[in-house]
Amino acid sequence: MARDAKKMSAPAKAAKSAAKPSAKPPFKALVTHSEELPLEKELLLSMHDTMVKARCLEERLIAMYKTGHGYFWIGGPGEEAFNVPLGLLIKKGQGPAFDFLHFHYRQSATLLAMGEDPTGAIRQMKNTASDPYSGGRNFAGHFSKKEWNVVPVSSPIEVQYAMAPGTALVQKRHGGDGITIVTGGDAGTAEGDFASCLVWASRPRQELPLLIIVTNNRWGISTPYEQVQGVEKISDRGVAFGMKTKTIDGNDPISSYLELKEAMEYVRTERKPYLVEARVSRLYGHSSASGANFTANEADCISQFEARLEKAGMLSAADAKAVRERYSEQFADIARAVKEEPFPDGSTIFDHVFHGEPGRDPLA
Amino acid sequence: MANMAQAVRMALHFAEENLGVTDIFGEDVGAPLGGAFTCTQGLKTTWNSPLDERGIIGTAMGIAMAGGKPVAEIQFCDYIYNTIDLLKLAGGTHWSSNGQWNLPMVVMTPVGSGIRGSIYHSHSVDATATHLPGWKIVMPSTPLDAYGLMLSACKETNPVMFLIPKALMRMRGAELIPGEPGEDKALSRLIDAPLGDRSKWAAQWPALEDASIPLGQAKTVRSGSQLTVVSYGRTLPLCAHAAETVAADGLDVEVIDLRTLWPYDWEAIKASVEKTGRVLFVNEDTEVTNFGEHLVRRTVDELFFKLLAPPKLLAGKFVPGIGLADPLEAASVPQQGDIEQAMRALIAVQP
Repeated sequence: MARDAKKMSAPAKAAKSAAKPSAKPPFKALVTHSEELPLEKELLLSMHDTMVKARCLEERLIAMYKTGHGYFWIGGPGEEAFNVPLGLLIKKGQGPAFDFLHFHYRQSATLLAMGEDPTGAIRQMKNTASDPYSGGRNFAGHFSKKEWNVVPVSSPIEVQYAMAPGTALVQKRHGGDGITIVTGGDAGTAEGDFASCLVWASRPRQELPLLIIVTNNRWGISTPYEQVQGVEKISDRGVAFGMKTKTIDGNDPISSYLELKEAMEYVRTERKPYLVEARVSRLYGHSSASGANFTANEADCISQFEARLEKAGMLSAADAKAVRERYSEQFADIARAVKEEPFPDGSTIFDHVFHGEPGRDPLA
Repeated sequence: MANMAQAVRMALHFAEENLGVTDIFGEDVGAPLGGAFTCTQGLKTTWNSPLDERGIIGTAMGIAMAGGKPVAEIQFCDYIYNTIDLLKLAGGTHWSSNGQWNLPMVVMTPVGSGIRGSIYHSHSVDATATHLPGWKIVMPSTPLDAYGLMLSACKETNPVMFLIPKALMRMRGAELIPGEPGEDKALSRLIDAPLGDRSKWAAQWPALEDASIPLGQAKTVRSGSQLTVVSYGRTLPLCAHAAETVAADGLDVEVIDLRTLWPYDWEAIKASVEKTGRVLFVNEDTEVTNFGEHLVRRTVDELFFKLLAPPKLLAGKFVPGIGLADPLEAASVPQQGDIEQAMRALIAVQP
């Protein structure tokens, strides 16, 4: 009896285990890194260039936060290997003939891969009146660009999954090959809107051309995946709805490119949903609220990719260094200029409450 | 004369034929039911959604973003509460994108008491709805107003919430909707789905006309000189009847139907209160942080020196729900007798 009492009960063990958030077992290995690089050198180097560009942009935004030139940072450093191929494969334009994009706030690399001017992200970080996405009203990474169907990114981590079926429904009716792409993180899939998305995308004979993406970094702010998710693969949740699914290595840009291409082609032609879970790293924590410091214990997709490119004789360490230095300097210069730009005037708070009506205080 | 459900149905028919409405959807909105209150029978763009309010609001937002014009129904407003952050997002999308994206969408939902709906079919939502900047909030009290306001809602380029008082859903109007046949049964034969098999039924729509009523315009339903009563929805006809009742005792009450809660017609309220010096606001949402409290505040702020008596609010009791039993419902939300009593008390106040 006394000996038994020394044994820890199962609930107590679970509680002790749960108290160790740093215990983060790795995913089962995914088949990726083939020895040959099955994409053209030009594309590979272009992807590398944009990945570094995106990393440098995020690091500049973090530096702005840390030097008092922004109130809050959140972004996607660590997801470049997935987000850049995604951006390259998007059918860019306005209206239902083109892809509709319901992004979350870790998507700067996708925007850059689509050709977006990085100055906008720096302006949003500084919350200047010139911020092209929100006019100084919203956080960094909260993009909005109507001419490319980038619907406004919002801070709730799940709402985009509830909205995406609406654009996809219009696209299904419209015909053509435009699709809706929705992204979110693994933590957000615990919200009901993710289940809504699966239900609405897969109604019998009314399936929607919807590419549902979950970038799984295994964290929900500070809560590890293992504490909240009973499924080994989030993509398995799509199986119950009869949709095609795949879990891919989002830290590998080549694999990401090929898998996304295949998934997009399916959605574009079959006009049915596809759920992709991309396993990625989170290299600067959740946001500035957790310090925004580099995390050395997660895989860095850029250094991994550079090693492969170097091994293939496509890129030297000096080349890679030069790319990084070029973008770092460029963004430092832009940030210096943006710091001189004015904030929005307080008198503008009533602007755009209603479309088609001048801004005014309704009680004045 | 059409009832309010028929009026909404005819307005939606006009809107899908003439105003670009692309999707009328929600739980049981499509065939065969055509809506829990029959507001969507026989329409061509209706469809049944999953039983998922957040999916309904989110999908409406997406349709609007992609160039469609949706009218989404939440079957009872009691069930809209789990969509509040999506409603907040819809109202804020144009503002937060600094004018890039606007959402032309209508959300319609039956509200309020009066059908013995118990705890989860009797809620009001006007206090909550008027806390959502970026939305226009409408609540008609007659079929003709429901018709005209719905047309304006469907012409809007901003989100509009169309609140339909359940208690008035089957009340016939006193005015013809332009185009409807004058005889009640004739309209029913044309647009009410038959009982039983409806698979071969199609509505025969009368030649309807655009009788839009601009949002933001109140209507004075009774002129008076001693007291202004401002109401909307279910309590509006009660106020009008109460005014007639107290008139027998020589009391002269002006009754204003607000019709649009946001943006509301302050000029109409102001002009009336400046004339009468007394004002009673009546609605049935719970009285704490009630929309009528805002109207009282503004009255005090702007019209204090015109007042002969303190402005009053008569609203629903601050309780978690409306109990099923008759005495419980009657004690929870304003009844005609309560309104008459409040009218008499206010007119009796002397400065």
